[in-house]
Amino acid sequence: MKRADIVKTLLLVLVTGWFLVLIMVPVFGIMQEAIKFGLANVLSSLMTPHARHAFLLTFWITVAAVVINSIFGIILAVVLVKQNFKGKLFIEGLLDLPFAVSPVVAGFMFIILFGPQGLIGSWFEGQGIKIIYALPGMIIATLFVTLPFVAREVMPVLRESGLEQEEAAYVLGASRWQAFWRVTLPSVKWGLIYGVTLTVARAIGEFGAVIVVSGNIINRTQTVPLHIHQEFTDFNYGGAYSAALLLAVISFTLLITLQTIYRRTDRV
Amino acid sequence: MGIQVKDISKYFGKFCAVDNVSFEVAEGELVALLGPSGSGKSTILRIIAGLEIPDSGEVFITGRDVTTLTAQQRKVGFVFQHYALFKHMTVQKNIAFGLEIQKRPKKKIAEKVDELLNLVKLQGYEKHYPAQLSGGQRQRVALARTLATEPAVLLLDEPFGSLDLKVRQNLAAWLKELHVKLHITSVFVTHDQSEAIEISDKIVVINRGKVEQVGNAHGVYEYPESRFVASFIGQVNVIDAFVQGSKIVIKDTSIAMDNKGSDTPDGSEIVLLVRPEDIMLQENPGLNALPCRIKQIHYRGSFYELDIELGEILIKAIENKNSFMKDNWNEDRPVFIEFKKYKVFDIREGHGAVREQLRQLGYIE
Amino acid sequence: MNGRASPSNRATNSDLVLRSLSFGYIGLLIVLPIIAMVARSLEGGLAALWADMTLPPAIYSLKLTISTALIMVAINVVTGTATAWVLVRYSFPGKNLMNALIDLPFAMPTIVTGIMLVAVYGPRSMIGGFFQRYGYEIMFNKPGIILALMFVTFPFVVRAVQPVLIEMDKDMEEAARTLGASSVTIFLRVVIPSLLPSILTGAALSFSRALGEFGSIIMVAGNIPFKTQVASVYIYGEIESYNPQGALGLSVVLLLFSFVTLMVINVLQYWSRRHEKS
Repeated sequence: MKRADIVKTLLLVLVTGWFLVLIMVPVFGIMQEAIKFGLANVLSSLMTPHARHAFLLTFWITVAAVVINSIFGIILAVVLVKQNFKGKLFIEGLLDLPFAVSPVVAGFMFIILFGPQGLIGSWFEGQGIKIIYALPGMIIATLFVTLPFVAREVMPVLRESGLEQEEAAYVLGASRWQAFWRVTLPSVKWGLIYGVTLTVARAIGEFGAVIVVSGNIINRTQTVPLHIHQEFTDFNYGGAYSAALLLAVISFTLLITLQTIYRRTDRV
Repeated sequence: MGIQVKDISKYFGKFCAVDNVSFEVAEGELVALLGPSGSGKSTILRIIAGLEIPDSGEVFITGRDVTTLTAQQRKVGFVFQHYALFKHMTVQKNIAFGLEIQKRPKKKIAEKVDELLNLVKLQGYEKHYPAQLSGGQRQRVALARTLATEPAVLLLDEPFGSLDLKVRQNLAAWLKELHVKLHITSVFVTHDQSEAIEISDKIVVINRGKVEQVGNAHGVYEYPESRFVASFIGQVNVIDAFVQGSKIVIKDTSIAMDNKGSDTPDGSEIVLLVRPEDIMLQENPGLNALPCRIKQIHYRGSFYELDIELGEILIKAIENKNSFMKDNWNEDRPVFIEFKKYKVFDIREGHGAVREQLRQLGYIE
Repeated sequence: MNGRASPSNRATNSDLVLRSLSFGYIGLLIVLPIIAMVARSLEGGLAALWADMTLPPAIYSLKLTISTALIMVAINVVTGTATAWVLVRYSFPGKNLMNALIDLPFAMPTIVTGIMLVAVYGPRSMIGGFFQRYGYEIMFNKPGIILALMFVTFPFVVRAVQPVLIEMDKDMEEAARTLGASSVTIFLRVVIPSLLPSILTGAALSFSRALGEFGSIIMVAGNIPFKTQVASVYIYGEIESYNPQGALGLSVVLLLFSFVTLMVINVLQYWSRRHEKS
């Protein structure tokens, strides 16, 4: 039996070693760089006008993505779980597409469709509204990459308990809206929260699709990830590391939130 | 008054789930819709509730035509098989739900919830969540929630289906008590015939979307009108035989008995249905005593079950524990049996299908 | 019993409204953009499209993307399965923390990943500087790309295998042991076959992600054509150089890959579900 123990210990050491080197070392690396830079410098680099503008932009885009994709995510979940129609499986399959498409290609698609010569973009161009290289385009790109999260997290919860409870509500006299608001929605609460958290994490960090669609214009269309990239290419490594550290801390917090919720979903 | 169901049919795609069903439930009656799984009984119940709309036919509840009304508008009470309690609400909120929808004053709602908690004997559980309750407790909350809105009619879909045997029996008895107290017109769906027999005033036997028989427990058990009903309700031995003159001859043997009261023509193949408790053991040959052999005697706690070899087949008989002198009848001993009561069905009416159904229901090998 | 959707079986008006909204949203955000891209790419004719697709730098970038992705998948399959095994079968101090942190790459913005890797393995860092002295440059080179891909896709295989491993009955392994099989044999002939569908699913997900990865790679690999330019970076370069036609060809190729991997993943998941039922 001793041999089995040796194998077990060896495996354990190898796996944890790999995990530490691959995942944890870079995380500590960035903390080290920020410390080298000095706390005062970190804070002041986060307060510069274009940093502040980037934070604001990221904030509003994230809010828009959360609100719009929560509403449509729930609608999609309800339609896909409760209704039966031709092409349902096709729509469900399409739901996963944002995960499989490269962000740069996604951004490119939106430039083609919503750009000044695009099918939809040209009409807006005529009205004087800019979609691409402006906020609306960035929101659309972010909507694309975060589309599946809420729908995919709400669907299984809805399937499991939502339907019978809804019927019970109808029989007790509730209208469809009352049943939805008082019974269906609360029953998928945790799935919704989990999906929203994933949406926030992705929206904050999205880079490829947004940089393509926004034109990367300083102080106009740069979100925090784009700002980090800008600082880095300008050799302001300190500024880049500071903003990166902030995003890393936020992501870490979101991760812990997700883990806590995940354990809750089993109970309710 | 009560409930009337007239000629309702329901198709799911090409499949006919409910085929021209009609029956009545008198006001204050407790009726069981009894049938095997897939027979359409739940669909019929849901049609009465308004959770399904029939493709044809009409439904009347307390005299008014509700066929085109939605579930929300019908004001019936419905208890789901898996309770369908609102998991994110307390027991109190669950029960109060229907009343809150009706916008009753808060004080009245609180009073009613208390009253119902007393009725279902769950006082003190107001703040509990469904996840913290046992199956039986959840079912009682579901019932209380349904009764809160004082519906004219109570519908229960396999209410005890997912519970343990003991809990099921207790709850069934309690439901009967409740019904006697409240006297509310009730229909419940079950596949458990002993449950139906025990608590209902009337049984509607459903098979493959059609009504097989309507009657009280005694009538359905003792006087089955079709071979399905005879075999579905209670245990039964299925014996192949044919008619020869004034006698019935067991197939592949020369064992014969008098053909009492069966008017099937001479020579026709028939099926003889005998309940295990209607088989009498005798020591001596007699007019209609059939020679056979006891193969095995099983002790079943409250009775004895005997495996008896009649010709080439094995049939089962049940003997009362107290009156059965076990020592007189040992295994492998030739005896005589007489059928106190039996039913004859003409094989031309699709015997093969009946055998298959009995096999699927586990009554025969 | 599939008529249970609503109080009446026929779709009500509000049902149809919701359905139209769903179609509209998916159509606007997913279907239309894809159609627009494909239509635009075919505008110049198939021949021109083919020419764009087969430009030397484009082909090189595609080859680089696929080769680095495959190497990463090979490594990840081994390390991911081992990690899942350790997390499910062993207990050790810090296990819960490590389990929670497995998902870190999912939560981390790709650009931050890139920066972190440059900070640790770049030429000015301890580790990178060390390797540089011996002539090995990690960053701005293939190893850097593979490193970034491994970080970003690390959770895929682990999270795909973990639940299957948890559900797996130890009985099979114990039965094999009583029949005299060694641990290695048991692992190779009992465990791995049961885990195969989930491992492949994780591999397919990693591969799909690696094909399109951009944010982390643009940091670690720079943008040197014919050396470290992966497909996504090539496309970005063409767009920035106001040469969208050049980008279209490769974009369509990547889109095709996306569809194919999506189908493969669906088939794998269907297969693993059937495995479970038996």
